[in-house]
Amino acid sequence: MRGMLAGLAAGVLALVAAYLLGEPSVDRAIAFEDGHSHEHEVEVVSRSLQSTAGLATGVLVYGVAFGGIAALAYCFALGRVGRFGPRATALLLSGCALLAVYVVPFLKYPANPPSVGDPDTIGKRTTLYFLMMLLSVLLAVAATLLGKRLAPGLGTWWATVTAVAAFAVAVGVAFAFLPVVNEVPRDFPAALLWRFRLSALAIQSVLWAGFGLLFGELAERLLNPGPATTAGGRTVPAAR
Amino acid sequence: MAQTVAPPTANTPAVPARLPLRAIAPWAVFFGVLMLVLLYFVGAEQGATSVVNGTDVHEWVHDARHLLGFPCH
Repeated sequence: MRGMLAGLAAGVLALVAAYLLGEPSVDRAIAFEDGHSHEHEVEVVSRSLQSTAGLATGVLVYGVAFGGIAALAYCFALGRVGRFGPRATALLLSGCALLAVYVVPFLKYPANPPSVGDPDTIGKRTTLYFLMMLLSVLLAVAATLLGKRLAPGLGTWWATVTAVAAFAVAVGVAFAFLPVVNEVPRDFPAALLWRFRLSALAIQSVLWAGFGLLFGELAERLLNPGPATTAGGRTVPAAR
Repeated sequence: MAQTVAPPTANTPAVPARLPLRAIAPWAVFFGVLMLVLLYFVGAEQGATSVVNGTDVHEWVHDARHLLGFPCH
């Protein structure tokens, strides 16, 4: 519940970033599209609604959804990933989530502005994108479990290094085997594409950083009420 | 040897207690599914697949879908 609220708040921050950073690129891409296609479809939702209320709905629901999922993941991770307190666990988790949920899929299938992408291949592209996301998250979880498994033998440092390396190799293999998608029109401005993708990355970074900090603070207050109660740990027997 | 090293438990922050998996599982399943449905509506409904007829959902979340990195059209 708190996760969803923190996700909502982080969504608000991301919305500000999206509106300020992202919308100019979307508008310019649509201007490009309008200049090139001659068939004009009827607008179901006007541009001004799409860029405000529509954008808000999408980003906020996304924030709530990933906030909820991240909060559940946090319940599993808390006390199991090493010597991290509630706040540090939250930030660590959202950093990993940013990487696994967004950055890794983005490296293979980056965000595209309007007018990039062939409508006929939307099914294939959506499948590939969700597949990449799922694969990346599963690999991240597997790498974490591997790191935990190796920690007693190799020590925490080398276990972490090995797990991260294994994750990188596995992601590299996935990148190599999944099909390439490149449907950028020949005359689409490169600077605009770059700017759009950069702003998409910025939005996600704001979202996850905001979530990590806010949720961490909420969790810290819930788990450690009052200043510095260091005796609170390990009261519940560790169940595995 | 001067006693400069504190005993290991004094200065390290307490590691939070683990929540039992059995207590998390039902929440995880219920909310996990719910959240995935939400994500589906933001990310894919009326693009690649469609449960509700028309293009209203697609058009409404259009900009968010582009900026959040989902394939849109």
